[in-house]
Amino acid sequence: MASVPTVSVAETSGQDRVALVGNPNTGKSTLFNALAGMNVRTGNYPGVTIEKKTGVCELETGKITVVDLPGTYSLAPRSPDELVAVEVLTDHVTQPDGVNLIVCVVNALLLQRNLFLVSQLLELGKPVVVALNMIDVAKSRGMEIDVERLSTQLGVPVVATSAAKRTGIDKLKTVVAEQLKTSPEQHERSRILPPEFYASVDRFRDSLIATDEASDASLPDDYLLERMVLDRGGAPELQVIRTYGDSAAESLAAIREDLTQALGDPIDIECNARYAWAKAKLDSVFKNDSRPSSRVTDRLDAILTHRVMGLICFVIMMFIIFQSIYTFAAWPMDLIDAATSGITDAVCSLMEPGKLRSLITDGIIAGVGGVLIFLPQIALLFLFLALLEDCGYMARAAFLVDRIMTTFGLSGKSFLPMMSSFACAVPGVMASRVIENRRDRFATIMVAPLMSCSARLPVYLLLIAAFIPSTTYFAGWLSLPAIVLMSMYLVGVVAAIPVAWILKKTLLRGEVAPFVLELPEYKIPSAKVVLSRVWAASKAFVIRAGTLIFAASILIWFAGFWPGDHTNQYRMEAQLDSFQGTADARQTLIADLNAESSRLLEDSILGRTGHLIEPIVRPLGWDWKIGVGVLASFPAREVIISTLGTIYSLGGDAEEEGLVGALQASTYDDGTPVYSVPVALSVMVFFALCAQCVSTLLVIRRETNSLFWPCLSFSYMTLLAYFGAWLTYAVSSRLL
Amino acid sequence: MDTTLDQLQPGQRANIIRIAGADGIASRLREMGFVPGELVHFVRPAPLGDPLKCSVHGSRIAVRCGEARRVYVEPIS
Repeated sequence: MASVPTVSVAETSGQDRVALVGNPNTGKSTLFNALAGMNVRTGNYPGVTIEKKTGVCELETGKITVVDLPGTYSLAPRSPDELVAVEVLTDHVTQPDGVNLIVCVVNALLLQRNLFLVSQLLELGKPVVVALNMIDVAKSRGMEIDVERLSTQLGVPVVATSAAKRTGIDKLKTVVAEQLKTSPEQHERSRILPPEFYASVDRFRDSLIATDEASDASLPDDYLLERMVLDRGGAPELQVIRTYGDSAAESLAAIREDLTQALGDPIDIECNARYAWAKAKLDSVFKNDSRPSSRVTDRLDAILTHRVMGLICFVIMMFIIFQSIYTFAAWPMDLIDAATSGITDAVCSLMEPGKLRSLITDGIIAGVGGVLIFLPQIALLFLFLALLEDCGYMARAAFLVDRIMTTFGLSGKSFLPMMSSFACAVPGVMASRVIENRRDRFATIMVAPLMSCSARLPVYLLLIAAFIPSTTYFAGWLSLPAIVLMSMYLVGVVAAIPVAWILKKTLLRGEVAPFVLELPEYKIPSAKVVLSRVWAASKAFVIRAGTLIFAASILIWFAGFWPGDHTNQYRMEAQLDSFQGTADARQTLIADLNAESSRLLEDSILGRTGHLIEPIVRPLGWDWKIGVGVLASFPAREVIISTLGTIYSLGGDAEEEGLVGALQASTYDDGTPVYSVPVALSVMVFFALCAQCVSTLLVIRRETNSLFWPCLSFSYMTLLAYFGAWLTYAVSSRLL
Repeated sequence: MDTTLDQLQPGQRANIIRIAGADGIASRLREMGFVPGELVHFVRPAPLGDPLKCSVHGSRIAVRCGEARRVYVEPIS
C-alpha cells in the first residue's frame, strides 16, 4: 500500500476536509473505513441529531480529515437536521468547518439513479470526485462501464473502486490529493435545470435583497436559494421565512406560481431535468446496455420475504442469535472469571487485611469484575446485529414486520432502533433518526428502552445461572436457561405493545405516516465494518465498567463498610490467612468471621437504608439486599451486580463459588433461603421493565429536545417494573 | 382507467405515468426512482399484505399501500 491510515485522530484544524456523500447502500461506510481506518470519531453536529463521523486519512501530500455524512438520496433538506448536513457542504456561515472537496460514493449497479444526487452535488460549486463503488460486483454481472467516458461526460474525476475488496482505494487517494492541490476552491456551478428556473431564482434573490435594506444578514447560498424555490415546505423555505418575514413567503409563492404556469410543478421540473441529465450523461458509458439485477437477492427474497417462510426464518434467526449468545460466550467468560479470582487471591496474599484490601477486593474487583464478565456476550450480541445490518437483512425485517408494527402505532422502520436497543438503548434511541415522522419517532423512542439491553443481560445471566436448572430438551438443542432468557426479552417486547398503542392514541395522535424503504441487495458482510462496530461497542462497555461502575462500586463499598469497627474482622481474617489447625476448627473460624462481617454490614449505611426500604420491596419477594441493589443501580442497571457482589463480599458470604454461590447460599435469619425461583423471576422482570439508566434518559432528553419525554419514560417504566415484578412474584409463587 | 401501483397483481409489470402530490414523500418517491416513463415491477406484498415490494430503476423498494396509491401506472399485460 502506498500510504497507511494514521493511528491517531489528531487535532484536525488547518487540514483539508473531504466529505463522503452517497445514497444509502452504496458501500459508503466500508469506503470510509478503508480511508480512515479504525480511528473514527463520532459525535453530533451542535443542536441537531445529524451524526458527525470524522476520521483522518493519510495521503502522500499529508493528512486530511474525512467527514462521513449520513446516507441520503438527495440534497433536498426536509428537516432542520438535514439542512445542517447540506450547510456543511455549502460553506454556510454557521458551519465554520466546511469541506474543501466532496467524494460522492456511487453504486455502479444503480448508476442512473445515483446520478440524481451527483447532479445536485455538482450544483454546489465544490470540487467533486466520484467513487464508482461496487465495480467488482457490476463486472461479475457482465456490466461494462467506460469509466473514462463517464468522467469526461460528468466533467469530474471518476475512480472505480471496490471498498469491500479494497481495490481502487489508493487510486482514489491519489486523485483526491491531486484535486485538493490543483482544483480551485470555487468551481463553476452546474446548471442542470431549465434556464427559466434559474431566472426565477434570480427574481427571488432580488426580492430578498429588496427586503434586506435594513438588515445586514448575508444572503443564503445559491444552492439553498434554488432549494427554496423547489421544495414546498422544505427546511430552507421555512428558514428564509423566519429570517425575511412573510414578504419572502409571498414572493416565493408568486414565483412558484409563474414557474408552474410556464414549465409545470417545480417538483416535476427538478425530477425530469435530473433524470434526463443522468440519461444523457450515461450515453455510451455502458458498453453493454444491461441493467443486471441480482438473481441471488431475488431468490433469497423469495424465501426470506415469503408470507409464511419469511416469518418462520425470521423467528428461527432471532432464536439462533439468543441461543448462541449463551453457548459461545461460556468459554471466554470462564477465563475472565478465573482472572478475577486470580487477581483477588494475589491481592490477598500480598496485603494485610485492612481497609485498603477490603476496598480493592470487595469494592473494586468484586464490583467491576462482576460486570466485565459479560463482555463476551455483549460483543456477540453486537456482532449479530452488525452482521444482520451489513448483509442487508435488517431492511427485510422492517418489511416483514411493518404491518404488525403499524397496528401498535409504530412503523417497520422502528424495527432497527428497537433491535439495536437489545444491544443498548442509547444507540437504539439515536437510530430512531431514520424515522422521518415525528410521532412515529417519539413513540419508538419511548418504547425502545423496554427492549432488553445488554446491561440487563448480566442480571438475567446471574440469576438464571443461580436458580434456573440447566435442563435441556430436543437432544440439547434447547435449554431451559435459554428459554427463560428469551422470555425475559419477550417481557419488554410484550410491554412495548400497549405502551406504543396508548401513546399513539393520546399524546402522539395523528395520521399514519408514509413508508418508503429501499431493500438493498444481499451481500457478504464486510469484516471491517462489522468488527469496528463490535469494537466500538465493547470499548464503550469496558469504559463504562472502568468509570461509572468503578465509581459506583467504591461508593457502594464505602456505604457498606462505614461506620463500624472492623478490628475484630481483620484479626479473624489474619488468623485465617495463617491458619494451621484442623479443618473443623477452620470451619468454625469461617462461620464466626461470616457472622461478624454480616453484623457489620447490617449496621452500615447501606444496611440501614436497606432495612428502611424493605417494606416497599417486600411484596415483590425481595430482601433488603436486593432493595438496596436496585436503589443503587439507578445510574446503570449492571450496578446491581457490583452492588450484590460488594454486599456479599463484605458480608462474608462470597467464597470460592463467587456471586452465584453466594446468592444460592444466602438465607434469612430463620434459615429459609432468600432466593427462590419466584424471587429470581421477580427481580428479572423488574430489570426487564425499569428505566434504571442515566445514559438512556440523557439521550432521550437530547433526541427529543425536551425534559418531558425522559421524565415520562422514567415514571411509566418504573411503575410498570414495580407492578410487573409484583405480579410475577405473586403468580409464580402460587404456581411453583 | 386510472390504475395505481397498489392495484397491480403480484408479479405484474407496469409503466409509471405520474406521481400524485408535491410534498416531501412525493419527491422521496421520485428520488428513489419512481419516475414517469420508468418500468415498475410489483414483486410481492409483505406477509400481511402491506407494504409492497416493488422493483424500479434497478433497485428493490418497499412502499406502503398508502404511498403506492400515489403512483399512477399503465399495466403491461
